[in-house]
Amino acid sequence: MIFEVTPSQTVGPYFAIGLPWDDGPLIVPEDTPGAIRITGTVYDGRGDVIPDHLIEFWQPDPEGRFADIYGYGEQSTFPGFRGFGRYGVEDGDGTYHFVTVKPGQVPAAGGAGLQAPHIDVTLFARGMLNRVVTRVYFADEEQANAQDPLLATVPEGRRHTLLAEPTADGYRFDIHLQGHGETVFFDI
Amino acid sequence: MSTAEQEEVRQIYDPVADTPQRYKRTPPEANPPLDYEAYKSTQLRHPKEPLIYLPHTLTEITGPQLAPTLRLADTDRDLTIQRDGMPIGERIIVSGHVYDTEGKPLRDTLVEVWQANAAGRYDHKWDRWAAPLDPNFHGAGRTLTDSEGRYEFTTIRPGPYPWGNHYNAWRPAHIHFSLLGRAFTQRLVTQMYFPDDPFFPFDPIFNSVRDERARQRMVSSFNINETKPNWAQAFNWDIHLRGPAATPFEQAF
Repeated sequence: MIFEVTPSQTVGPYFAIGLPWDDGPLIVPEDTPGAIRITGTVYDGRGDVIPDHLIEFWQPDPEGRFADIYGYGEQSTFPGFRGFGRYGVEDGDGTYHFVTVKPGQVPAAGGAGLQAPHIDVTLFARGMLNRVVTRVYFADEEQANAQDPLLATVPEGRRHTLLAEPTADGYRFDIHLQGHGETVFFDI
Repeated sequence: MSTAEQEEVRQIYDPVADTPQRYKRTPPEANPPLDYEAYKSTQLRHPKEPLIYLPHTLTEITGPQLAPTLRLADTDRDLTIQRDGMPIGERIIVSGHVYDTEGKPLRDTLVEVWQANAAGRYDHKWDRWAAPLDPNFHGAGRTLTDSEGRYEFTTIRPGPYPWGNHYNAWRPAHIHFSLLGRAFTQRLVTQMYFPDDPFFPFDPIFNSVRDERARQRMVSSFNINETKPNWAQAFNWDIHLRGPAATPFEQAF
């Protein structure tokens, strides 16, 4: 028998009661050698920061292995690697941050070589009846990005919205939900 | 082992052998639109550019498996025993199964809930609704599904509450649910409603799911058989996450 999916509903304004975790931003432990910080701000269609949003990252380790127990190739053995991060922004300046390591490359769909290093991103907020999904790519991975089959399907003028820019301690990845410089979101 | 038993075992995921390579796409009418005029806050918070098709790769078919590291206590799944005293309100047991759309149970998957108290007030600094907080109720819980995909919470039936979307706007009573599933594609945040809520016809969030049958999938059912005499009313609610796409030829994408 085939069932239909349970529909999505908004995360609402009060998700902070239950969802954020103290160590949610730590995709790797803070003292991990080579750890980087990815930070960013989320903006609405008027260019105002969204002071209440929940953002999640999912990524492989630097060897391209996931912290997944279900037998998809080799499991990550990177010390303390969770691969998953969750940051609940509740007020203030709409800015999130994660402590992580740069992801390695994983195979592309249909065996078409390797994908450029990337992180899958989920964003929830009040006023959003479903999540939106985007990806962090890295601006300093020019060669890998040029060969990435998914980036190739993104209109050239919008690809920059997926590129995290290097900073002193990691990268910056802002998200524009709507309007000028609107981030590319994916249908998954 | 009988054929029926073999079938039952087969219906439970083998964590190593049964690793979907792609997940089914959700039909558009099954989910609410991101741009939905009746819910005003969507106006500036939805993308206007078309979404770009993402073929599922390892990043999308894997997901966080937190069960091995989570240490949960009874107070995580019983929201009525988290403080010194008993919270005020109708004690309820909310339980069900997490399945995929093929009806296969998802075991060891994280289910998180949060909700208002019996008076419809959230224990959150932004909630200014003129109803009392309950010192014995915070309103958050989490649990893992068991080997058959079942979850269970004990809590207080939340009250409806007013909000500012339009004149005389009230949210039907609901419990927020968050599910990680076993793959990034299965991630779901939703709300569970109670049967026959009089606010259903007037709530734009509930009605943002345009398909009547899809809407009803968010409504729990009362269960007299699981209701505990002299203790708690029981409500059942099953959750279906996206299932695997069966066809290897789709991988050509």
